[in-house]
Amino acid sequence: MTTISREALRIEGLHKSYGRLPVLQGIDLSVAEHEVVCLIGASGSGKSTLLRCINLLEPIDAGRIRVGGEDITARGVDVDRVRRRIGIVFQAFNLFPHLRVLENVTLAPRRVLGQSRAEAEDAATTLLRRFGLEDKRHDYPDRLSGGQQQRVAIVRALAMAPDLLLLDEVTSALDPELIAEVLDLVRELARGGMTMVIATHEMGFARDVADRICFLDGGRILEEGPPATLLTKPREPRTQQFLQRVVAAGRL
Amino acid sequence: MIGSGPAYSGSIPPVPAGRRSRLLPAPEDRRGILIASLSTLVVFGVLGYLILSSPGWPRVQQSFFDPEVFAESWPRITRAFWVNVQLFLIAEVLVLVLGLLIAVLRSLPGAVFAPVRLLATAYVDLFRALPGILVISVLGFGVPALRIEGMPRDEFFWALVALTLLYSAYVSEVYRAGIDSIHPSQAAAARSLGLSQLQSMRFVVVPQAVRRVIPPLLNDFIGLQKDTALVSVLGVVEIFRAAQIRQAATFNSTPYVITAIIFLALTIPMARLVDWLVARQHRRASAGAR
Repeated sequence: MTTISREALRIEGLHKSYGRLPVLQGIDLSVAEHEVVCLIGASGSGKSTLLRCINLLEPIDAGRIRVGGEDITARGVDVDRVRRRIGIVFQAFNLFPHLRVLENVTLAPRRVLGQSRAEAEDAATTLLRRFGLEDKRHDYPDRLSGGQQQRVAIVRALAMAPDLLLLDEVTSALDPELIAEVLDLVRELARGGMTMVIATHEMGFARDVADRICFLDGGRILEEGPPATLLTKPREPRTQQFLQRVVAAGRL
Repeated sequence: MIGSGPAYSGSIPPVPAGRRSRLLPAPEDRRGILIASLSTLVVFGVLGYLILSSPGWPRVQQSFFDPEVFAESWPRITRAFWVNVQLFLIAEVLVLVLGLLIAVLRSLPGAVFAPVRLLATAYVDLFRALPGILVISVLGFGVPALRIEGMPRDEFFWALVALTLLYSAYVSEVYRAGIDSIHPSQAAAARSLGLSQLQSMRFVVVPQAVRRVIPPLLNDFIGLQKDTALVSVLGVVEIFRAAQIRQAATFNSTPYVITAIIFLALTIPMARLVDWLVARQHRRASAGAR
């Protein structure tokens, strides 16, 4: 069997609950290679949980997730090997505070991929230079601004050369004046063809960067479509309501 | 007028922040130091006078502070203390390793590791529950009596084993508290990069945890250093045993005072070091929080 559509990610019937609280109630989503999909929706609609499930950080209750055609939710799958192919960046950066920037970036390439120190540091320095962080590589994370920390976190994920990058509200913890530098970096990644699934509250950013936007509500993808359609002519009343609130809050 | 500015009633002008001399205390501080010194001197002077002038003092002095016995016993007791030093230095290294191992085993999540967690928990429960002197006796007298081929019979060896087992249980709990204090998002970040459970522990969680628990760890070491005296029950001529021998020979308790002085000299600086480390951690934590 040959893969025709070159699918990076395919999710079928994904269900997940925390105890008796259902969080995801039947998610179906397919992401093609080089596609950027933005997940929007109110807090608690399941965006973050969906991303954490894709990276196998949360066990799922039902459904199937395929990455590059391989079922990663099958029994006996080596989760560490799966995670090497999927990068995730968190809202709270989660840099390792006891390691310098360069060590944060090279830890996984060295320990997981078995690269030599020189090899990993060369690659990391190239990446850091590309995103304007080269002069910070010997600093500890707490010496960096929030925006710089989040850019380092993105570089740390990129250093593993993932097939798929998941961004979980990466600007939500940042001061307004620091958001742009992080979003610019993500835009550059999108231009470079990185396959991404991005949970975000930044509608203007989603409009620029996304090939497709999915509106999540109550653990389901209620509506999806190209940004122009979804953000300007939403079909569902819930989507309309959500976007009206966003506009009222001045975020679009 | 609330909030319109401070009202000064005294004649001392406010000292601008950051302009104080670091070498000389400010005038009001100097007065405080003077009062503290004077009151300390008076209190201790009175106490000292009361003790030295009490009718029982000459007998106390003779029994506990005999200069002749002191001079005679000092070298033998300090020499015996070397045994304690060897005991606690070796035990401390072993405890650091074994305690960490047990803490990590106890912190491994997942169903697969259930028996490992159970074993580690049983170990900690056992050795925290048993009196130290009992464990030392069982190992020091009991095991050599089995006369098993190739088993060491040396008391020092078994004393070392007993202290290591006992204190590893305490120290593993200190480590575990440190491991638990590292936010799960750190492990999640490590795992998301493809690091295994053990790699995430080794490279991300444990290095951060160890830094946090150094002060309580040193506290347990103070306990360990004192407990080396328990080894005397096995007949090892360490400091306390040497003091007992000297006491029996001289019918005088001055050797015990020598022992006390040596432990004080060892422990008090370490306690101050712990205080200093804790204070530094607080400063850094509040600076980090901004």
